[in-house]
Amino acid sequence: MKHELFERNVIILSVAVLITVAIGGLVQLVPLFTMEQTIEQVEGVRPYSPLELAGRNIYVREGCYLCHSQMIRTFRDEDERYGHYSLAAESMYDHPFQWGSKRTGPDLARVGGKYSNDWHALHLQDPRAVVPESVMPPYAHLATTELKFGDVAQHMQTLRTVGVPYTDADIAEAKSDLKAQAVGDGDTAALLERYPKAVVGDFDGDPSRVTEMDAVIAYLQMLGTLVDFSQYKAEPSFR
Amino acid sequence: MSVAVASSAVGPGNHAGFYEDEVIRKFVVATMFWGVVGFLVGTYIAFELAYPVLNLDLPWTTFGRLRPVHTSAVIFAFGGNALLGTSFYVVQRTCRAPLFGGAALGNFVFWGYQAFIVLAASGYVLGITQSKEYAEPEWYTDLWLTIVWVAYLVCFVGTVMRRREPHIYVANWFYLAFIITIAMLHIVNNLAVPVSFFGTKSYIVWSGVQDAMTQWWYGHNAVGFFLTSGFLGIMYYFIPKQAERPVYSYRLSIVHFWTLIFIYIWAGPHHLHYTALPDWTQTLGMVFSIVLWMPSWGGMINGVMTLSGAWDKLRTDPILRFLVVSVAFYGMSTFEGPMMSIKAVNSLSHYTDWTIGHVHSGALGWVAMISFGAVYFLVPRLWNRQRLYSLRLVTYHFWISTIGIVLYITAMWISGIMQGLMWRAYDSLGFLQYSFIETVEAMHPYYVIRALGGLFFLIGSLVMVYNLVRTVRGDLRREAAFERPRAAVAPNAAE
Amino acid sequence: MDLQAIWETLASLWVVWLIVLFAGIVFWAYRPKNKKRFEEDARIPFQDDEGER
Repeated sequence: MKHELFERNVIILSVAVLITVAIGGLVQLVPLFTMEQTIEQVEGVRPYSPLELAGRNIYVREGCYLCHSQMIRTFRDEDERYGHYSLAAESMYDHPFQWGSKRTGPDLARVGGKYSNDWHALHLQDPRAVVPESVMPPYAHLATTELKFGDVAQHMQTLRTVGVPYTDADIAEAKSDLKAQAVGDGDTAALLERYPKAVVGDFDGDPSRVTEMDAVIAYLQMLGTLVDFSQYKAEPSFR
Repeated sequence: MSVAVASSAVGPGNHAGFYEDEVIRKFVVATMFWGVVGFLVGTYIAFELAYPVLNLDLPWTTFGRLRPVHTSAVIFAFGGNALLGTSFYVVQRTCRAPLFGGAALGNFVFWGYQAFIVLAASGYVLGITQSKEYAEPEWYTDLWLTIVWVAYLVCFVGTVMRRREPHIYVANWFYLAFIITIAMLHIVNNLAVPVSFFGTKSYIVWSGVQDAMTQWWYGHNAVGFFLTSGFLGIMYYFIPKQAERPVYSYRLSIVHFWTLIFIYIWAGPHHLHYTALPDWTQTLGMVFSIVLWMPSWGGMINGVMTLSGAWDKLRTDPILRFLVVSVAFYGMSTFEGPMMSIKAVNSLSHYTDWTIGHVHSGALGWVAMISFGAVYFLVPRLWNRQRLYSLRLVTYHFWISTIGIVLYITAMWISGIMQGLMWRAYDSLGFLQYSFIETVEAMHPYYVIRALGGLFFLIGSLVMVYNLVRTVRGDLRREAAFERPRAAVAPNAAE
Repeated sequence: MDLQAIWETLASLWVVWLIVLFAGIVFWAYRPKNKKRFEEDARIPFQDDEGER
């Protein structure tokens, strides 16, 4: 084999480079999509309700993932501090994933249900009023900004094209589900049928309108609550 | 403003007008402009962590929105302009051929790339982000970058194809690997479906664990191919040029190239140790990350040893000092990186400031310093000046930024390791010893020191800008030690 | 032995192939015959006829 080929022909050199750098990615990425044991079979994981989805998009917009992880590692101290280690299945409908890479603030993978709605509303508006040593930025504008959700069905439709199993009914009822979850009136039975364990209520203390605060808190309150870990047994072959 | 494309009848000997240098001048100006912007935003958000009141209670100035502005400004705007500009300079000189596509294509790449930066950064401030680290721009910005990148590839490869030199010099290999691999990573990691054609929001096609793996395959190789391979291209041209001697071992550079690009691409999973990523992937990532230490140090040795037999130049030539010390920092962070990829070490370092410190020893020490060295090299040549306005100021810049880096990375080592240890500390009764907020409180003094380190680095870059502006204006500062032309500086000339 | 089996055998020896490839690159780069050529290639940055200023 003549190396001259590579060093004297830029096209051949380019192709050789592309092959060289493609191998690693193919070996590491492709099996994750084909191997069945990559994601465990667990009960309870469901797509986000329309309000939770809107809240998640605000979480993404504000860059929360830059300081808060959503991935509890398999250590005793993390188990005691945050709860059961995170399962791959718990983020299977996350486009994009929010595992994060830095804990300037605590992990949020299982923050759902740990604090009251009022605590979250106050904390998001003025973190240091609740936790004096906190370095978190204030997000008072969430409480004053009305949630724009006219296109929420379109968002769910888009998610369906990338693989989230929203049904036609989920998409048709998206707006009314969102309002029902944020104000607590309307047909919450149908909502809870579609999205079990969704937290319903007036999250920001202002029932007259749906704010971005409502959406963010609805999202935070469901994080990590879907899988019932009293029922969950890790498959021995897994990890 | 642009220089007319020279006809091929003009040889490189009569080089004025032969090489397309106007666009490189623009890249050099953009490098410095975005550098200062990136350092400024970085320093500001570092102070935000120490004094959260600086978030100003406005949506646009919170840490969460400004942090991508900082990372994109330093990586893609400062580093990217340095890479594009130097690659155009190097590829023309080492191929003895004018830029393919001439001023027109060169300017399209330049202005197209600046448009990408402005689109991305303005989006972050307004909350338009995909939330994938170092790949935050939304779909329309990603598409635009793809177009610009293809133009860049055509420009670069086209120039190589019209070369007068049978051999393609190794610096161009590294630039080529950078261009090709970044294209591959960019496209795969950013595959997304927009919610509507007229909206900014899209959903990424990957989800959960697959998205995490794709993201860190991208993220780690943005380090490997943007911040390493490309800058190694700078190393292989500018260190020999400034030291006026060929690279230590050209043969080592070939082995360095193939091993580095092959091994780097596997290292991504070390960002996901002990997560829900399957174990086999984590282990594979760890093994390749450790092996990566060898080609990295092969390259470092090659760069530093180029000075072998001429070490005195380090004392007399502050530009060379920037270039060589950057390679030393490269050696340091490529030792630290493999160490942190070992699962046991990573269990402590992950999620802490240690990672941030590691990134900055590479970004400030390696990427920024070698870029500074290359820009100091380029400005007198591109603007046809006898020399820089002041070499004394280059020396000041060197020391100010070195102090900044040392403050930064030592503060982050201490805070990172301390926080990691506090998270896992148990008291005598078997309970977790510290609440999370106690660990946040403990970080405060180190966040202040880190921000001051960043401030030093920013001040150093302003000294550089002043020096370059005076150089371009044609001013020469009277400086005893550096009065003579560069080549004639005696080895024993005292500073 | 069908093609599939041959492919699987060869694929399982990937470490061997990588080492062979690596050895090949090293051999080629460090072959005494190529020494002079590479020393000339290393001088390419100094051949752009640009006078030192």
